[in-house]
Order: sequence, then C-alpha cells, then structure tokens
Amino acid sequence: MSRPEASPKSYARGREPEASVALALLATMRRDLLALLRRPGAAFNSLAFFALVITLFPIGISPDPELLATIAPGLLWVAALLAALLSLDGMFRDDFADGTLEQLLLAAQPLPLMALAKVAVHWLTTGLPLALMAPVLGVMLSLPPGSYAVLVLSLALGSATLSVIGAIGAALTVGLSRGGVLLSLLVLPLYVPVLIFGAGAVQAAIAGTSVAAHLALLGALLAVSLVFAPWAIAASLRISLNG
Amino acid sequence: MSLRLQARKLACERDGRWLFRDLDLEIRSGEILRVEGPNGSGKTTLLKILSGQLADYEGSIFWRDAPLRRVHRNFLASLLYLGHAPGVKAALTPLENLAWYQAMAGTGGTEAQRMSALEMVGLRGFEDLPAGQLSAGQQRRVALARLELTPRPLWVLDEPFTAIDREGVADLEARLAAHVRGGGSVVLTTHQALDIPVPMCRVRLGEGKGNVAS
Repeated sequence: MSRPEASPKSYARGREPEASVALALLATMRRDLLALLRRPGAAFNSLAFFALVITLFPIGISPDPELLATIAPGLLWVAALLAALLSLDGMFRDDFADGTLEQLLLAAQPLPLMALAKVAVHWLTTGLPLALMAPVLGVMLSLPPGSYAVLVLSLALGSATLSVIGAIGAALTVGLSRGGVLLSLLVLPLYVPVLIFGAGAVQAAIAGTSVAAHLALLGALLAVSLVFAPWAIAASLRISLNG
Repeated sequence: MSLRLQARKLACERDGRWLFRDLDLEIRSGEILRVEGPNGSGKTTLLKILSGQLADYEGSIFWRDAPLRRVHRNFLASLLYLGHAPGVKAALTPLENLAWYQAMAGTGGTEAQRMSALEMVGLRGFEDLPAGQLSAGQQRRVALARLELTPRPLWVLDEPFTAIDREGVADLEARLAAHVRGGGSVVLTTHQALDIPVPMCRVRLGEGKGNVAS
C-alpha cells in the first residue's frame, strides 16, 4: 500500500439520480448474471429437477399417449412450479452470507428497485429456461400439437409472477438457517392462482377454446405483483437483516 | 462540508440486558471515535445503530442536525460502512467486485480508478483472480479498497484490522489519519492498539452503560 497524503478531499457527487439508479440496476443484474455464469450449478438444479420429474411420470403411470395427453398440462405446470420453488431459497442466500446484501441495503439507491433487479436475474436464469425447456418435455408426455406455443407463453408469464412473489418469502427466510420448508409454506398458497390460470391456458389450447382470458389473467397477476411485491421484498430484507 | 453525527440518550436492550444506556455521542469532521469493550458488549450493535441499520433502540440520532430517519438517504450517500463480512463476492474478481460498488455509489468510474485502488491496498497482480481464491486478509483488502475508490466523509468500520498483516495495519492507520486530517471522520471498533497521531474519542461499553472519554 502507498501512504496517502493529507489533503482536503472533495467528495464526488453522484450523477443525476435517474441515471445513477439505472447504472446501479444494470450493475447489480450484471454482477448476479456473472456470478451465476461462473457457478452454473444452482440454475441447473431446477432444470434437472423439472426434466427428471417429467421423465419419471410416463414410466410410473402408463405410456398410453391418450392418458398422458389429458394430464400433461397440469403435470408440466406443477413440475415447473415446484422446480421454481426449489430455486427460491438461493435467491438472497449467497449475498447474505458474503455481506453484499448488507451493502445493498446501505447503498443510497432505492432498495425495491435493486431487489427487482435480483428478481429479474432469477427469472432469466430459472423461469425462462424452464419455459423454453417445457416443449421438449411436452413431447415426452405426448402433449397435443397446437398447444406448445401457449405452454411456453403461459410458463414464461407465470414463472415471472412466481419469481416476484417467491422473492418475498426468500427475503423473509434468508436469515434462517433452515428456512426451506417455511419458505414453501409461505409462498405456495400465493402460487395457486398462477397454477390454475397457467394450466388452464394450456388446457384451453388443447380443447380449442380461447386462451386469451387465461393469459390475460396471468398478465394481470404479474402486473399486480410487480406493483406491490418490490416494497414487500425490500421490507422483508430489512426485517431479515436487522431484526 | 460540515459533518456532524449526534446521538442523544441512546439506549439499547438485548434479551433483557441493557447493552448501553444514556449514551451521548458526537462525531464531527476531523474526529475518530473508537468504540471499545469486551466481546458481546454491543460494539457492533452500536455501530449498526449509528449507521442507521438498526431501528430497535431508544434515544435519538441526528445527522447534520436533522433526525437521522428523515435524512436517511442523504446520510447513506455520505456513509461508508464495512461490516464483519467483507462484502466481496467469491465468484467475481476484485475488479468486478469494485465495479459493482462504484456503480452502487452512483458514479460509473473507470477501470484505471479500480486498478489504482487495488494497487493502493497491495493487490496488484491479483485483480483478475476470483476473490474466492484469495486469502481472508486479501479479501478484506478488496473491501478496504473501497475507502479509496468511493470517497465518503463518514467511515464506520467494524473490526477493519481483522486478518490484515502488520504492514497492512500500518498502512490502514495512515489512511485513517489522512482521512481525518482531510476533514472526514471515522467510527471504528478494534481490539488492536492504534497508533494514529490524531485526537481520538473513546467510548467504553460494558456493564450496561457507556462511558465517553477523550
């Protein structure tokens, strides 16, 4: 280290508030994506779980395509939901352990927005891959053609809501050493509407009726949770860290 | 820039035990406040209260004569807090870690600034290694590089000398002295004997009360 000289220092003022918030948002997303890229195990976990559950069902029930096709929408959605639930616990855990979560709370940036950046990364690395992988698994369950696009769309929309709502539970349990079960109990009731309309959209696509209503409701759920959840996540993080 | 952090009649209770009571503190620019006391006497708690992290206390805190709760965001923009955990992500390199801190401070900053900050703390040549592969002392040094990188008038440092070698301690002492002479102020806890040639205020915690001595 070199010795600093004693001179009055001018303390740099930040840029325009909006520009500085955007900068901090991008930096937080970039940092989290980079950290996940270096250690892809966590994101891979839920994808592997999703694939395993779906491959086991035809073996366990029956390879009969007609039977599988009727249960496929619900099955795909339940498995994707549980896979997303599995990944929630790690959303804030690393940051809590290494002290960067504490520093995030101490930054002069709006915490709800910063939390939303972390949620966005979580969705990009779990929800979106789950949605993109679902058609392949749909083939295994002989999901009728014509419903694949709706399956991807409903999962992409629905899993975003799951990430946003799940983050509240993850933030509340981040300080607990074994918060996994509590986390599931906290967020599962809130996941039920997403499951109903998500699986409903795929069933409607198979039946040939309009899927617009289901997708619109999924979008509405996402919009509502995006409006309210960031503040709940920020408050939960404050409670978890500082009692 | 005048700097003034005041605490009046501060009291904090944990599990039915008073950590401190009727504690009056004042930190101005050009001062170091050292919080002393045995393990478990509430040093970290006091630092967290003074840095606005804990709301579970009695008494009032003023930042530049305004209640801390009201000017919290403003206060955070002048604060640099180093806690027990260094706040360094193991998967990222020191440069990437510092880039995040720069962005969170609201100033973009250049790689040259980050490199020179790392050089200051003696981490030249380690800037592209994942921080997880560095030793505990080196990780602490990455955190200390923030003192140089994102200048803030008020430093609150919880055991900053942990895992730092002898030479690093001397350098950090010089850095603290320079910061205070430049009009900044420091609140810190340490079990180390400090050799800093500037006036120092001490608070001794323990036995349920806090004593202030100059």
